[in-house]
Formats: sequence, C-alpha cells, structure tokens
Amino acid sequence: MKPKNPIAALFARSPFKPMQQHMAVVNDCVALVPVLFDALIAGDTKTMAETQAAIFKKEHEADQIKHEVRLHLPRSLFLPVDRRDLLEVLEVQDAIADTAQDIAGLLQQREMTVLEVMRDDLEALVRRCVDACAQSNAIIGELDELIETGFRGPEAERVEEMVKQLNAIETETDDIGMALTRKLFAHEQVMSPVSVMFWYRLIQWIGDIADNAEKVGDRMLLLIAR
Amino acid sequence: MEIIATYGTVFLILAIIFGFYMTWGIGANDVANAMGTSVGSGAITVKQAILIAAVFEFAGAFIAGGQVTSTIRKGIIDAGPLADSPELLVYGMLASLLAAAIWLMVATTRGWPVSTTHSIVGAIVGFAMVGIGIDAVQWGKIGQIAASWIVSPLVGGVIALFLMLSIRKLILDTADPFKSAKRWGPVYVFLVGWIISLVTLFKGLKHLDLHLTAWQSVAAATVIGLLVALIGSWMINRVKVDVKAERSHHFANVERVFTPMMIFTACAMAFAHGSNDVANGIGPMAAVVSIVETGGRVAQEAALPLWILGLGGAGIVLGLATLGYRVMQTIGTRITELTPTRGYCATLAAASTVVLASKTGLPVSTTQIAVGCVMGVGLARGIGALDLRVVGNIFLSWVVTLPAGALLAAGIFFLFKGIFS
Repeated sequence: MKPKNPIAALFARSPFKPMQQHMAVVNDCVALVPVLFDALIAGDTKTMAETQAAIFKKEHEADQIKHEVRLHLPRSLFLPVDRRDLLEVLEVQDAIADTAQDIAGLLQQREMTVLEVMRDDLEALVRRCVDACAQSNAIIGELDELIETGFRGPEAERVEEMVKQLNAIETETDDIGMALTRKLFAHEQVMSPVSVMFWYRLIQWIGDIADNAEKVGDRMLLLIAR
Repeated sequence: MEIIATYGTVFLILAIIFGFYMTWGIGANDVANAMGTSVGSGAITVKQAILIAAVFEFAGAFIAGGQVTSTIRKGIIDAGPLADSPELLVYGMLASLLAAAIWLMVATTRGWPVSTTHSIVGAIVGFAMVGIGIDAVQWGKIGQIAASWIVSPLVGGVIALFLMLSIRKLILDTADPFKSAKRWGPVYVFLVGWIISLVTLFKGLKHLDLHLTAWQSVAAATVIGLLVALIGSWMINRVKVDVKAERSHHFANVERVFTPMMIFTACAMAFAHGSNDVANGIGPMAAVVSIVETGGRVAQEAALPLWILGLGGAGIVLGLATLGYRVMQTIGTRITELTPTRGYCATLAAASTVVLASKTGLPVSTTQIAVGCVMGVGLARGIGALDLRVVGNIFLSWVVTLPAGALLAAGIFFLFKGIFS
C-alpha cells in the first residue's frame, strides 16, 4: 500500500467533471450531423465520408469517457446524488451519440437521395435536434453550480427552467418530424419502397437525438430532486 | 531515588530526544492533515501554510495548550503509587514517547490513517497497566477521552454542515451572490476570530496569569473578532469581479471572495492543532523533566517550563520543513474538489471543535475531526465524491492503534527497566 494521507484519500475522483466532458463530446458529435446532411443534399461524397469518420471517432471518444466514469464509481463513494440516477444520466447522454452514429452509419451503407419537397423540413429537423442536444449540454454544464448550491435554491430553479426549454424544443422536433413523415408518405409512389422504408427509419432516428437529449434533462430533474 | 540522581542527565537527554522525535513526527505528518483543507482549497500556497503553521502552532501550544499537556502528563494515570519509585514513571513516559513515535512512523509509511493522540494515550495506558497496575489507570478519564474521539468528529461535522447551509442561504442563493459575499464576508471572518478567541479566553488562561470573567472573555473575544474582521474586510474589498471566470462558473467570484478568508481559518486551524496536538509530544517530556529536576518527586503540580514548549514548537517546524512540506503538496494537488467556501466551512468547524476540546483538556484527534468536517460539507451535498472507505480505515486504525501503542510501550518500559536498574 502506498503512503496515503487520510485527508487526500477522503476525496475520491469526482464523476461530475468527466460527466460534463462526456456530454461535451456527445454535443460535438451531434453537431456534425447537419454537416453530413448538407453534404448529402449537395452530393458532396468526399465531405460525407470525412464527416462520417469524424462522427464515429467522437462516438468512440464518448464511449471511452463513459467507461472511465463507470470504472471510478464504486458503491463506497458518498455522492451528493443517487449513484444510479447519475449512471442513468450518463447512459442517455451516451445514447445521443449512439443515435448520431447510427444515422451516419446508414448514410454510409446505403445511398440515399433527398426529395426536393422534403429538403426544408429535413434541414429544420436536423438543426432543431442539434439545438436540443446543445441545450442538454448546457444543462449538464450546470452540474458544478448545482453542487455549489447543494442542488437547491435559485440555481436548481434555473436548471428546471432550462429543462422546460429543452422539452419545448423536443416538442417542436416532434412536430417537424411528423410533418416530414407525412410528406414522405405523400410521395411514396415516386420512391422505391425500400427507400421509403429507410427514410422513415432515418427520420425517426433524427428525432431520437432530441428524444434522448430530452431524457438527459428529465433525468437531471430526478438527480436534483433526490 | 538514587537512580534518578545517577542517571538524571541521561533521562533528561533521552526525554529531549524522544520528545523532539515525537514532535518532529507530528510536524511531518499531522500538521499537513490540519492544514490540508486550507492548502487543498487553493486559498494558500504550501509556503504560506508552513509559515502560518510555524507561527500559529507555536501560539496555540503556548497560549491554549496547557490543559491538554497536563491531561497527558498526569490525567491519564494516577502516579500516587509511584511516590517511592519515581524512576518507573520516568521509564514509562520515555517508553510511551518512543513507542508512540515509532508506531506513528510505521503507520505513516504504511499509509494507515493513525492519530498521534490515540498513539500516545494508548502507549501511556499500556505502560501504566504493566508497570504500575491496572488500577493506576484513570479509567473514568480514559472513558471521557475515548468518548470525545467519537463525539468530536460528529460535532465538527454538524458545525460544518450548518456553516455550509448558512453560506448558501445568505450568499449563494441570492440574486447577486458576489455582492452578498462581500457584505457577509467580514461577518464570517469575524466569526473565525471571535469563536477561537472566545473558547481560548473563556475562564481565563491560568498559566499565563490571565484571569477573566465570562463577560470579560466575551468582550475581549469581540474586540479580537472585530480587529480580524477589519483586516478581513480590507482584503475582501480588494477582490474585483472577474467577468471571464463568471462566464464558465456562476460562483467563481464568490469563491474569490472566500479565498482571502481562508487565510484566517488556516491560522485558526494551526492554532487549534498547536493547542491540542503539541501536548502529545511535550506532555510526557515535561513529566520526565519535572521528576528529574525535583530530584525524584512525583509532583502533581508543576509549571510547564517555557523551553519545553519552545522545543516542541521547534520540532514541529523542523518536521514541517523536512517532510510535512511534501505531504502538503500531495494534498494540495489531490484535493481539487474543495473550493474556498467549502474549505472555509470545513476548516472553521474543525478549528472550533479542536479548540473547544483542548479547553476541556481532552486530547482529540485533529485529523479525524478534519475528516468529520469534510463529511459534514459532503452531507450538505457540497462535494463531488467522498471515499467512505477512508472512514472505515479510520475506525480500523483506532482498533489497532490503542493496543499497538500499549504493547510497544510496555515492551520498551521493561527494556528501560532492565537497562537502568
């Protein structure tokens, strides 16, 4: 056993900084998704390939941070929040990056073409989902301040307010997603059935980014409410 | 009696060497624990901590250390049966010092969180049981001391918890935390000076011939508190808003207000540590010196010679300069979680608890109180992650330290007895 000082040993590695790092990497990963769709619409295969690689790399980076956090979170730690709630926040954070990776993967494996009528809604949907992710990143960014104030008071209210905004963004993405799906089905006669099927799935996945981002906010509320 | 006359000088020299060894050990390790929360919060540098420790450890031992020293020296054992053979008490005290110091060194290199106080108390009890008899141990007093070891970290933790809650209520949960911090900061500085001096002065300081009534103590403490608050508010007023830091962390500027305040809590902590823990080294040393100088009388009342206090202070400073420095640096880099507000709460709570215990003559463990206070801040949901295994280790080291110190002291006692008679 190495010489350890009891005061220094009392302080375990805080999981909150790595949690924030993880969310920041996830946010970077999702921020690449609009670039991917812009390239798809423009038919720029080179940029597409580069962006896909970048998304895969970011997702991998997020995974590694996730493992690090889990590894350093034994039961003997005394945390200001419930350990399981914290791990669930981490899980949904990671699910955002996974979804971005699924989208990039599908666009890599199958050549997809964007119908002219769908373009505007598709771009709007993607951007709003990125906004949702950025909002949950901002919420996770408040973790230090929450610890400072003991997860109570005006700071906690501020975070609750941020979660409300996140919920509003997510509702918006639902609406755009449904409008987009209706357009897809309205033009299903001019597309191959397989294309329709994959577009339907792709739209759902894009929406999942916002869904998971919303879950991050909801789980944060549980964390605060312990 | 002849033994004392023949070997008096040898005993004196041994007492000085062992006492110095013990205080060196306290300086090398224990002081770093006491100053850990201050250095860890980044409020003061390691150099400043050593300077503060050197001055205030000494002041604490000198001004408020008398009660604990006399408990260690004569409160734990009844020296009455030894009136005819004072040399036994000399052997015993020398053995206790050496045993405690050796045990501390072993434990420290192994990384066990042992307490200097537990070691010396265990050692004295151990020698008394085999050297004089089980009845010679003042079991009532030992019970009190042992109870204080459980109660003191709890009390410290509760104080830290309430301090943290008050800072949240008054400063962090307001519309303009920075302004609130500047307004209430001097009050919190006042609190540091007031509590420490009130506890120290209460009922006067006998060995300094300072006899105060309760009201005089309150008045004097208030004056001292106000003086400290004056210096504090001057320092706080020099803190300007840092807009860039504010952006990344809303409370960055509040923390910057608390940074100069930590200097006062660090001083308080060093003072508290000096008042309690220096006695562990100089108590037994003083007992030996008193017996030798009176030519073998086991005196119940004897003044504490100033040079012994000076020696204790010097030992601590030397321990700090040789090894304590490194320990503090490790603590400083390891504890990044402790911001100045949290460090302030933990340190002030610990200092108050230790001074309070010292005033009642109870030798408590500063390290364990500090751990209790940090836990208190953690209970207020203020710290990212605390390792509860440390608390378990502390309990384990308790169970081991008392018998280990006792056995070692008993062995060394018989060794001395064999050598000198």
